[in-house]
Amino acid sequence: MSMPTLKLRNAINRRIDMSSFIPELIGSKSADEIARIPLWYGNRQVETGELFEINDSTSETLLIHSDSNKLDRIGANMAGGSIFVEGNAGAYLGCAMRSGVIKVTGDTGLAAGCAMRAGELTIDGNAGDFLGGALTGERQGMRGGRILVKGNAGDRAGDLMRRGTILIAGDSGDYCASRMVAGTIVVAGQCGRHTGTAMHRGTLITSDKPASLPATFNSNGTHSLSFLSLLKKQLASMADLSAISEIGTEVERWVGDLSCDGKGEILIWQR
Amino acid sequence: MIINGTEIEETFAEAFGMSATRIIITAIDTKWARIAGETMTGFATSVIGCGVEAGIEAELSPEQTPDGRHGVSVLLFAMSGKALEKQLETRAGQCVLTCPTTALFAGMQGEKQIPLGKNLRFFGDGYQISKQIGASRYWRVPVMDGEFLCEEQVARTSAVGGGNFLVLAEQQQQALTACEKAIAEMRKLPNVIMPFPGGIVRSGSKVGSKYKSLMASTNDAYCPTLRGLVNSKLDQEIGAVLEIVINGLTDDDVRQATRIGISAVCELGAAAGIKRISAGNYGGKLGQFHFHLREVMA
Repeated sequence: MSMPTLKLRNAINRRIDMSSFIPELIGSKSADEIARIPLWYGNRQVETGELFEINDSTSETLLIHSDSNKLDRIGANMAGGSIFVEGNAGAYLGCAMRSGVIKVTGDTGLAAGCAMRAGELTIDGNAGDFLGGALTGERQGMRGGRILVKGNAGDRAGDLMRRGTILIAGDSGDYCASRMVAGTIVVAGQCGRHTGTAMHRGTLITSDKPASLPATFNSNGTHSLSFLSLLKKQLASMADLSAISEIGTEVERWVGDLSCDGKGEILIWQR
Repeated sequence: MIINGTEIEETFAEAFGMSATRIIITAIDTKWARIAGETMTGFATSVIGCGVEAGIEAELSPEQTPDGRHGVSVLLFAMSGKALEKQLETRAGQCVLTCPTTALFAGMQGEKQIPLGKNLRFFGDGYQISKQIGASRYWRVPVMDGEFLCEEQVARTSAVGGGNFLVLAEQQQQALTACEKAIAEMRKLPNVIMPFPGGIVRSGSKVGSKYKSLMASTNDAYCPTLRGLVNSKLDQEIGAVLEIVINGLTDDDVRQATRIGISAVCELGAAAGIKRISAGNYGGKLGQFHFHLREVMA
């Protein structure tokens, strides 16, 4: 199934809801048909053709050229196929996606991969707050799939995360793994303050002790955990990062948050 | 057919369809992986009395195991998927979970899945941790030496059990030496186990008994001490008979193991007292797999 290429005609000053552009919805449409798809542009609807230059292509990947951070909900609810964003993406990238692959060469806004269920999301730049988090009002965030951020992530990465794997090659902001329910977050850089606040279960693995931990985390000692050798293989398949090769099975383990069940863990790998 | 002076009888081994699975046990070193494997496959010679037939298939190097430690692969065979599931869970819980430093992984992939750590996890009393890594789910169960890591489930497959051949020799020691040589060669093969002690059976059985409560009894036709008393298949020169029973994941695996085993025995040949090679069957009415010795050795 060949996919079109979309390119913004001009710089935009309002946000655009891009959720109509997922492979299963536009794969069978011609460039003319796509040009007539109505889009929310701020608080009014316009035809896609007004905002985007649309070209047919032979590629099976939907290609979006964007130097704007206002293209929201790219790949939202996507159930298959692949999207390649050349440039930046806005908020809710890959929101609730169920399958498929999304790759962004630039930065993304708020809540990338939020409520994601499966699939793969790769962000070459930085990610905003609430990476892999939950939709407003929902009790669980990311529920499966894999997210790779090659830069840094904002605050509250993995908030309410339920399942899946997030790998952040750089640093994460404050409140990383807050309210986490389960799943795995790996931060190759430094975690910010209040890491693990209200963490129920789940695993945060990091290279250095976070800037601050809640007082409701207890030191659990140094352990050799054999599951890390399996995880390392998975991480190596996600990204070619030198930090991953440093991960051994020896870790300093902190358990918490004891204010809410206390079955989460923060593992600091021993270099 | 005569090979090196040993006669290959015009008969066949009769084998049955079974359900099988492969698991991988790893540990801090080969010694402990093997201890876990041997404990788990103890009392697993025959489904008649043990519920399952099991054995260590091979020792695995760190490069061959999921967690990069030394390990062993174990094959288990049962008469049904349900029986296999029950035996696997019991044995994994009592023999692998309890063994220091071990971890337990699925050794085969497939559509039909049976629980491995799915229920063992409850030993963690709520402190067990689930980890989805790749396509598999693992359980980390806290134990007194750290964590017991166990894959949630393993595939099962249809398989073949009960392939066999009999070694008829002049003396007991000659039969034993020949069978030991055969087992040493057969254990180099993948996908097969010889579940009896040391891979060798001395108490081959026939179906039924004069005692109503017994479903099997001694194979009197091959007992040298019953010669002249029953319809014996042993002539005067045969002093001892030993049997090798083979379970394999496919009939080709059993056939290959049979060929390798008989070839090893025949290398010793008549000069070492090995007079005949025979096989056990039930007239061809019970098992769906027939391994005709002369076809196998052709």
